[in-house]
Amino acid sequence: MSETYYTKEHEWAKIKEGVAAVGITEYAAHQLGDVTFVELPQVGKVVKQFEVLAAIESVKAASDIYAPLSGKVIKVNDALNDQPEIVNEAAEDAGWIAWVELADLAELQNLMTRAQYDDYVRGLE
Amino acid sequence: MENLKTTPLLAEHERHKALIAPFGGWQMPIQYEGIIAEHRWCREKAALFDICHMGEFLYRGDIVAGGLEDVFTFSVKSIPVGRSRYGFLLNETGGVIDDLIVFRLAEDEAMIVVNAATIANDFAVIHSRLKNGALLSDISDATGKLDLQGPLSRQVLVDAFGPEIGSIPYFKFIRTTILGAEAIVSRTGYTGELGYEIFLPADRVVELWQLLLNDERVKPAGLGARDVLRLEVGYSLYGSDIDEETTPLEAGLAAFVNFDKEFVGKAALLRQQQEGLGKVKVAFQVASRRSPRHHYEICSEGENVGHVTSGVFSPMLGCGVGLGFVKPAVAAIGSPLTIRHEAISMEAAVVELPFYKGGSLRS
Repeated sequence: MSETYYTKEHEWAKIKEGVAAVGITEYAAHQLGDVTFVELPQVGKVVKQFEVLAAIESVKAASDIYAPLSGKVIKVNDALNDQPEIVNEAAEDAGWIAWVELADLAELQNLMTRAQYDDYVRGLE
Repeated sequence: MENLKTTPLLAEHERHKALIAPFGGWQMPIQYEGIIAEHRWCREKAALFDICHMGEFLYRGDIVAGGLEDVFTFSVKSIPVGRSRYGFLLNETGGVIDDLIVFRLAEDEAMIVVNAATIANDFAVIHSRLKNGALLSDISDATGKLDLQGPLSRQVLVDAFGPEIGSIPYFKFIRTTILGAEAIVSRTGYTGELGYEIFLPADRVVELWQLLLNDERVKPAGLGARDVLRLEVGYSLYGSDIDEETTPLEAGLAAFVNFDKEFVGKAALLRQQQEGLGKVKVAFQVASRRSPRHHYEICSEGENVGHVTSGVFSPMLGCGVGLGFVKPAVAAIGSPLTIRHEAISMEAAVVELPFYKGGSLRS
């Protein structure tokens, strides 16, 4: 069983057995427009919840991607080095950024469920 | 909220699901299906741009006696009828008030095409410099402008309007009839591709837009793609790369200044030529897909040596490219530069323009 949670900065974290796959939401990818570059974190990097995990650029803008949860980066999506447009094509699937080994599951209470996130996005429009 | 102007095509842009945003005081389409897709369509097929926001002034009278000859950095009287020329309107200190193109319509007639955000000021400045200001009129509101750019643009226009358009050389234009209205078709553009700028009455623009988009070789492109296209070939954007604080010499655009004639700002440019330049324009290519952006810092050996004026990810080159101003000592081709902004840092090197050399411009 996996469960997915969301941040106000439009990241998602899909959690399974203490590891979170992390990426940006389709809403965020659409707002950015054509993604041209993703700065992946180093494997082994230790991040705290809501601190900078990675960076992303589109034709229009450069922004940071924040860690939805604290932990250690154990894997990154190397395909994005040459094909960052995967983020536009499948932001919440093949466009994942990194896997994070979670440090503290209690942090989930700071995140939103899908229904809460959808409400949140509707409030932004 | 400022009062934004709209072109006659706003409803068409909305119908094509454009992202509309303010640009130079106008509500303009930034993108339709996506900036990179539109960019590629222009490089491979033919892209249609709504450029109705740009300004047009009509001058009717003797070019020399009326004073137009001395207004710009280039000679208007030496432009043959049927040709156009690019250059500048300068202030007293040699700064660029605007970059513009003058079309020599007839012996005693010229059209001046200026940037959208500078229309009112340009008109006031040109008017004040003429011996007879009554010779100049602002026809911007009545004039529509569509740009069709891309390697297939010639064939599209020939198929739609006949063979005459097919024979126009680069930087020449014809006066013709399109959709029953008087029009100017000019072989000029802002993309580095074979392309045309079409001027016609503003009330006929929707009809021409629809007619051209009925051709499956043509798709609309927004100002986002236009900016990527122009930067890949190194064209300056007024307000970003050139402005009133920048002279054409600093901007590497001395080729568009004729020192054999009089113009406001000439004395300042001559002084600058003698004293040497404090900053010069450079084009640089980034070693990764990272984009330099307006106002990022340019460093050399750890020291700040300038700033970025325009930057973008180049889809054709697969890396970041940019323009900026630096101290002359680090401007030589091949000089290594570091582009910085907060946590962002990217390695770059000074290169020659254009960045993208494969355009169909002169084909």
